[in-house]
Amino acid sequence: MAGHPLLRMLDRGALIFLAVLGVIAVLVPFLNLAFPPSSALHVPTYLVALFGKYLCYALLALSIDLIWGYCGILSLGHGAFFALGGYAMGMYLMRQIGTRGVYAHPELPDFMVFLNWPELPVFWYGFQHFPYALLMIVLVPGALAFVFGWFAFRSRVTGVYLSIITQAMTYALLLAFFRNDFGFGGNNGLTDFKDILGFNVQAQGTRAALFFVSCVALALGFLVCRALVTSKFGKVLVAVRDAEPRTRFLGYRAESYKLFVFTLSACMAGVAGALYVPQVGIINPSEFSPANSIEAVIWVAVGGRGTLIGPVIGALLVNYGKTTFTSGALAPYWLFVLGSLFILVTLLLPRGIVGTWRHWRAQRSAQASADRAATAAAEPAPRPAE
Amino acid sequence: MPAPTTTALLYLNGVHVSFDGFRAINNLSLMIEPGEMRAIIGPNGAGKTTMMDIVTGKTRPDTGDVFFEGTHDLSKLDETQIATLGIGRKFQKPTVFEMHTVEDNLLLALKNDRRPYATLRWHETDDEMQRVASVLETIRLGPVRDRPAGSLAHGQKQWLEIGMLLAQEPKLLLVDEPVAGMTDAETRQTAELLKQINRDKTVIVVEHDMAFVRELGVKVTCLHEGTAIAEGTIDQVSENERVIEVYLGR
Repeated sequence: MAGHPLLRMLDRGALIFLAVLGVIAVLVPFLNLAFPPSSALHVPTYLVALFGKYLCYALLALSIDLIWGYCGILSLGHGAFFALGGYAMGMYLMRQIGTRGVYAHPELPDFMVFLNWPELPVFWYGFQHFPYALLMIVLVPGALAFVFGWFAFRSRVTGVYLSIITQAMTYALLLAFFRNDFGFGGNNGLTDFKDILGFNVQAQGTRAALFFVSCVALALGFLVCRALVTSKFGKVLVAVRDAEPRTRFLGYRAESYKLFVFTLSACMAGVAGALYVPQVGIINPSEFSPANSIEAVIWVAVGGRGTLIGPVIGALLVNYGKTTFTSGALAPYWLFVLGSLFILVTLLLPRGIVGTWRHWRAQRSAQASADRAATAAAEPAPRPAE
Repeated sequence: MPAPTTTALLYLNGVHVSFDGFRAINNLSLMIEPGEMRAIIGPNGAGKTTMMDIVTGKTRPDTGDVFFEGTHDLSKLDETQIATLGIGRKFQKPTVFEMHTVEDNLLLALKNDRRPYATLRWHETDDEMQRVASVLETIRLGPVRDRPAGSLAHGQKQWLEIGMLLAQEPKLLLVDEPVAGMTDAETRQTAELLKQINRDKTVIVVEHDMAFVRELGVKVTCLHEGTAIAEGTIDQVSENERVIEVYLGR
């Protein structure tokens, strides 16, 4: 663990990643706003929103990689934290509609008027204030992850059992959010958003800004993860992943470490969900569906777990593939493609794209140094070999 | 904290443990004095590893007393608390962090604040690097300090794990079969190393290799069916009728 912490954190790969992300963050909105739609250089607004959505998925994938790739916690329910962050943002956006709703009620969102609710439920209070909504975006997923993790990790629930209960958690939330009387719009969810911070959510400029903010959020998430995994804390995480009992006998409280990263990861997923909602314009209970969480795990596996950059690439690639596939005649077969992708990656590319690349590079440099040593040994040595 | 009731560093009295009706430990009593090195021998299934599990908090005794330094009731503490009290353990199968380098393995074991916040803020100090270097020298793994622990030979892993124990600076070391799978030369070196460690630490060694136990030249306890059947020098124990019958063979 030599070198200054900042140097360890920002190695060459991390710097290249951040530079590419920075260029994209500026270039895409610029090409969208500065050139007229007739220009060849123009990036259409719908693509900006689409790529912005991918970036949110990438942040979700990053949050999963932090716990799965570095601490061995396979959460099959991370979509729940993503959706909770999304709902918190959706509640803010609903409160911004005001009298512009179908029923033009100054305070109640349309679905509450429709259900004949006399007044705003207490848990909707405060969401008209953006800072409060921001706080809830991080706090609600974080609090759920903390409570869930506290019980699960203290009872030493690990491996496949933990995966199953995370899946159950997201399924339970799916059922709850489907109910009309739960107070979040039932199966329609929250939609018909008008403004975010006074700007029209549909406007070209707002879309470009949301894209930029998504890039920034992804970069910040990446930096936080890098700082964690390159610190001694990160070494302990990997130790817990590879030999949890040994870590305990060394005097580390493994459950505290797991709880910390699990909660942090849920907060990151919440931020991703919050940025996702204004860009797609809707949040509904289907975001809690177990399949979503499993898909997110596949992005991480494809990109390469325990690499941080890999999950981002995986999320972008798989979702690009999904968009391409589901918009053509092949649409009904997407799930087959996704399933085969997962099987193929597990069988042929267990390290994922970035993991395989790094492994190949490491082998090549080891081979090169072995070759150098062999050439050096072949030459007449001035001193006796050891 | 109650006053110590015994001078022994580790005190087991009337300990019973059963798993699904199988009595793994049956009325076991054992006293280890500070600074002592004790060898524990016995046939497979005699309860040697279970005894270590009890002392390190992995298994809780059904009945009986387990005290460390006369005051700490180990039957009420978990692995982490017991490790923090100063009891270190080497497993039968070498368990090191395979993906980490030899140096990082020692760094993680180094006596230090173990809480998440402390490891987040941790940065390398000269003092710590010197302690790592001194352990590396003791276990003779200096030349491979940057190699991943997973790539080490079996004997080297055993040594690394002993090194991690040293870095932990425990008061009591529990060492489970340290020379399993080692060459004769490595076995002799390991005996030397344990004697060196015993100069300022208390050590319990579980071992099958009688030549190794003889080389250590310390007091021996023989376990059988979860209870101590003989205790004394290696010569006394190996002449004991029961020990010959159940373990050494005629």
